[in-house]
Amino acid sequence: MSGFLHYFTSHFSTLRLEFWNLLVGGFANGFIYAMVAIGYTLVYGVLRLINFAHSEIFMTGGFAAYFVMKVFVPTTSTPSGMNSVLLIALGVVVGGVVGAVMATVVERVAYRPLRRRNAPKLAYLISAIGASYFIYNMAGKEFGRYNTAMPQPYINHPVFTIFGAPVEMYYIIIFVVGVLMLVILDRLVATTKLGRSIRAVAQDAETASLMGVNIDRTIAVTFILGGIMGGAAGFLFALNFGVANTMGFTPALKAFTAAVLGGIGNLRGAVLGGILLGLVESFSVAFLPGEYVDVTAFAVLVLVLLIRPTGILGERLGRSA
Amino acid sequence: MMEKLRSSAMVKRLFSSFAVVAVLCVMTGPPGSTATPMAGITGSFTAPASFFGLFRGQRWMVFFVIALVFFGVWTLWLKRGTQIKGAVSKTMAQPKEVLERRPVRIGVYAVFLLIALVLPHVVTDPFWQDAMVEQILVFVLLALGLNVVVGFAGLLDLGFVAFYAIGAYATAWVTGALPLPPPFGIHLDSFAAIPVAIILAMVSGVILGTPTLRLRGDYLAIVTLGFGEIIFIFANNLTGITGGAAGTNAIPHYHFHISSLNVIWGLGPVPYYYLTLAFVIVFLIIFSLLNHSRIGRSWTAIREDEVAAESVGINPLKYKVMAFAIGAASAGFAGSLTASQITYVSPSIFTVQFSINILVLVIFGGMGSITGVVVGAIIIQTISMFLIHTPPAGFQTQDLYIYIGALLMVMMIFRPSGLIPSKRRKREIRLSEAGEGHMDEVLTGDTP
Repeated sequence: MSGFLHYFTSHFSTLRLEFWNLLVGGFANGFIYAMVAIGYTLVYGVLRLINFAHSEIFMTGGFAAYFVMKVFVPTTSTPSGMNSVLLIALGVVVGGVVGAVMATVVERVAYRPLRRRNAPKLAYLISAIGASYFIYNMAGKEFGRYNTAMPQPYINHPVFTIFGAPVEMYYIIIFVVGVLMLVILDRLVATTKLGRSIRAVAQDAETASLMGVNIDRTIAVTFILGGIMGGAAGFLFALNFGVANTMGFTPALKAFTAAVLGGIGNLRGAVLGGILLGLVESFSVAFLPGEYVDVTAFAVLVLVLLIRPTGILGERLGRSA
Repeated sequence: MMEKLRSSAMVKRLFSSFAVVAVLCVMTGPPGSTATPMAGITGSFTAPASFFGLFRGQRWMVFFVIALVFFGVWTLWLKRGTQIKGAVSKTMAQPKEVLERRPVRIGVYAVFLLIALVLPHVVTDPFWQDAMVEQILVFVLLALGLNVVVGFAGLLDLGFVAFYAIGAYATAWVTGALPLPPPFGIHLDSFAAIPVAIILAMVSGVILGTPTLRLRGDYLAIVTLGFGEIIFIFANNLTGITGGAAGTNAIPHYHFHISSLNVIWGLGPVPYYYLTLAFVIVFLIIFSLLNHSRIGRSWTAIREDEVAAESVGINPLKYKVMAFAIGAASAGFAGSLTASQITYVSPSIFTVQFSINILVLVIFGGMGSITGVVVGAIIIQTISMFLIHTPPAGFQTQDLYIYIGALLMVMMIFRPSGLIPSKRRKREIRLSEAGEGHMDEVLTGDTP
């Protein structure tokens, strides 16, 4: 019993010491999960399907940005100031664009032929798993099956501290890029004509098509939006963790958990779920050995699905934001 | 106007042909690396190649010709496809009908059994003798098990490897090879480990299934994927129980002693071959009987329309859990067999990739079709082993997964019911595509 007590007191003392550190780190990871989760939620909204190939969109975005960084980041010195800002913007744009291209290809090759034939849902899932498998192993063949560090376009240093916890440049980049992109996407879906067509298809595809919404185009655009967010997130993730052909698997599984946690099909739910999951995971470090951190996300997923399968904010397909 | 439309479709087709063949070219080309990212892609097109020694050139020439042929066949198929299909089914109608007669079918099975029985004496190459057990028969067992879950019950399980792992670790456990002491301190004979492995796998199927099978099918896929990964993490890190990343390597070969009769399996792959073959046949018969029993029909009913099935008194959860447990049984045995034959277990075997590999066997052969799954597993595993044994230039073992991924997509697009379709499945898919029935709605909860 005293051992048990000791376990908790000692872990709570780490928690007290590390609280702000864990909070900042959790938020940063959470934003990355949120950006990937948006992709799942968008596609789920219009197709009622989990896009199993989304992890590979994330991975391709990371790789594309890696090759661009390799060209533009000088090997002799780490860039700073305006150069860093431009390079990071470049990385986000390249990651996003290539992510969008990959998402379009996946939609064209793995989904559209099945949609034409009105195939059963199981066929979509299997086809998407095949696409995911194909892409990441192809990447492994072409770029090697190992982890490569990203050339750093900025100098990582603590910028300021919150209650003694240093906030590193890396976190600030994630916050800025993440908030910017999520807000733009939210406004896009909530206010533009494009967003309205996405919401209309999510609500009732058949009626939407009767009202003159081009379903094929809307679905393609949805994949593109998800691809931009996923690809950019891949770049942000790779800045710290490097690129590898298998880099997408775990973050994507967690992002999916985040989407379900917030309520799949619900954009703001995905963001909330992502940040919550980031925090849960971050704080679990205080209680669990590092190897088991990945297990917490799965545990959260199973618990949410069993207790409240509609997620925290509920499935609000088709409503504004 | 019509002319213009036709030509644009033609251009599109030409473009698609070249795109597909270019992908094929890169798939089969040399590898690259992050340091030389273009090496693989350029090499795929410029590496020297010869067409059966007829001429010397570069790869792109060969693939250019293939693309043109592909385009030609495609165009011809669009023009004459229905006619060809009709002619084929007409000429095949007679043999098909003959094949479906009971005595003929039994005869065919007997021939296949005979071939299976004499095969290890014909094929004496040690690589192939090992492969026949470890890579072909074990995968037939696994595919048969997954077929119960995916094919019969329509549940997409992406963590099937978990049951295989449980079977393997259970065998290691009861024979005293794990750091964790065997139950009640009794070192069982390894042959007695088989029922323990099967029962433990089935029990874990029930434990995993009871909470998760309430979920919608697409969620189930993700949860099982996560479960497979959790098993891997635990096996890798619980060093005090499983032996950690290194695993354990003191698992005895199967053996039993009854009075003066001593049987040991460790002397080569051939005794294992016959043991596995016997179990394959047993599982084949059990699963086939199950499929045509009340239970099998309940699975079909749930798969086709869960709400309707429930309204006629079928308890969906009960039958789904049953499918999970029954499927797990053959995986548990396959795990036990592998552990015993290679005498070690380590977590590196039990990856997500492994689960997908089994899935592709089921999809390729034909979900729900026992004959299809067996044939599919044998074909794919034989080709895989052939590629591994005598790799073509530039081929790495992991490239197999590229082909597997592509195969999954191609099958879903062109032949979702598989190589040898199950009659029930084929009908369901046809009805579903015509907008009738709610096949796999259980998967998305999208009941209209």
